[in-house]
Amino acid sequence: MTLSDIQSPLLRISALTKRFGGFTALHNVSVDIRPGERFGLIGPNGSGKTTLINCISGAFRTEPGTILFCDEDITLLQPHVRTRRGIARSFQIPRPFRSMTVAENLMVALDFAAHEHVSVTQRRDTMMSILNQMGLGSKANVSATQLSQVELRKMELARAMATHPKLLISDEAMAGLSSSEVDEVLDLLLSLASRDITIIMIEHIMQAVMRFSERVMCLDAGRIIAIGTPSEVMADQRVQEAYLGT
Amino acid sequence: MKRNGVAFWSGAAVFLAAVFAMTQVVGNQYPFFAGYVILQFIALAVAWSILGGYAGYVNFGTSAFFGVGVYTSVFLVSAFGAPLPLQILTGAAVGALMGFALGLLTLRMQGIYFSIATIALTIIIETTITNWRYVGGAAGIQIQRPAVTAPFDSYVQMLFFVQALLVVLAVAISRYIQNSWIGRGLQALRDDELAAECTGVPTLRLKLIACVISGALMCAVGAPAAMYLQYADPGSAFNLNYSVTTLAMSLIGGTAHWSGPIIGAIVLGTTQQFLTVTISSEVNVLVLGVMLVLFVVGAPEGIIGLVRKLRGNRKEGEA
Repeated sequence: MTLSDIQSPLLRISALTKRFGGFTALHNVSVDIRPGERFGLIGPNGSGKTTLINCISGAFRTEPGTILFCDEDITLLQPHVRTRRGIARSFQIPRPFRSMTVAENLMVALDFAAHEHVSVTQRRDTMMSILNQMGLGSKANVSATQLSQVELRKMELARAMATHPKLLISDEAMAGLSSSEVDEVLDLLLSLASRDITIIMIEHIMQAVMRFSERVMCLDAGRIIAIGTPSEVMADQRVQEAYLGT
Repeated sequence: MKRNGVAFWSGAAVFLAAVFAMTQVVGNQYPFFAGYVILQFIALAVAWSILGGYAGYVNFGTSAFFGVGVYTSVFLVSAFGAPLPLQILTGAAVGALMGFALGLLTLRMQGIYFSIATIALTIIIETTITNWRYVGGAAGIQIQRPAVTAPFDSYVQMLFFVQALLVVLAVAISRYIQNSWIGRGLQALRDDELAAECTGVPTLRLKLIACVISGALMCAVGAPAAMYLQYADPGSAFNLNYSVTTLAMSLIGGTAHWSGPIIGAIVLGTTQQFLTVTISSEVNVLVLGVMLVLFVVGAPEGIIGLVRKLRGNRKEGEA
């Protein structure tokens, strides 16, 4: 047993179910995410990955089921309150603030989710240092509509980082990118993880999931079918069936 | 930022001084009648733009708020003979309540659905007033103006000055919102509500603030109109023209900056007043339609957007 096993989890999802009318998108999902963990979430299209993310970030209400974050029940909190508590996310299809520059996109996060009252100058410094980490320093004053796909993905991560998160959820940040761009984004995520940020990564690119994750969970039709180390999950019969069909 | 503030407030003071001087110098009553209408539309357009421009919730219910303002005054005058300041303050309070209700509506409705709901709101309120005998019902009601107090010679001159005060108030609030955290949050939620919420922006609270302020201002602007016309009837107080004209003014001026609706209202309002006198009041509705179409096609960001674009081009040309 390692030290992290006895620590209380950062995020505890218990018996979470999400229905849309007669369709059950998530069925009795329970999982603990440890502080500092790099957690991969996989599953075929429509298996409920993004629904789970939407439940954690608060875009969807869950019924029944509870979500604990830092030992506090956040099940009924609005999304912006969860963001302020330290849950940040990126979107599968990037959702930048289109009327703003890259810098202004980040300033929204710093203005509204900053944990302490800091001066405007300090916030600008933080903004620039995040942009530089993400390799977007030269794009600060460019309109968000003029970014390339990979830059948009990075900006989404940068904006999420600007909310000063404890938990970062990356929803297919690498979808549609070239292999060199995938490596670029993956390196970014790994460098964030090395700074004690817990990361849940949803991804279809298996190579990336295998390289990134300490633990992987596979969903199929709203149920957890496997959870464990990447190699365990990949070797799992049901995971292979879910992906390749029987 | 601070220097801008000084410039803004000096401008406002000069404007009010000019308006006041005009009431003391000009003897002809017509400029005040026409000027009142233009000022009224400036204030309405500025107020509309707080919700419709900054937050992107297109409100077709301007006439509902305006009409409720008118009828708040009608009720206060018939019941208690209330003075003008009380009429305006009560109008603002009622408008704030209505705005709050409208804000709750944004929880479930966005885009075109919200706009349709605001039209429905107008019809519901108009129907209610039409069937309320105490305030005149469908036939309308005559209102007696009290005697005018010094330093003004006529009641219309005083209303003209009061409306100028409301314009300054509306513009100051709108400018404050644009430059504050409220404005930045509204801009974010206009671009993408879910992304804003997930970036820490309390979207519902901001929408409620915008609705309450916009509603309170529009009702307050409507309140003196009862005294201005000395008559109120549901058909004119809730006329859809108020909604369409206000919206057109904001869009023609541009909603990206607080000065856009002012420019739009001055351009369109003056043109309309001019056409009403020289040709006919029907033509000004036609002109409004034509101008709106031209701007939507040629300059979707309004005059403000056009100017920014030209400036940007010139800068690029220099570089």
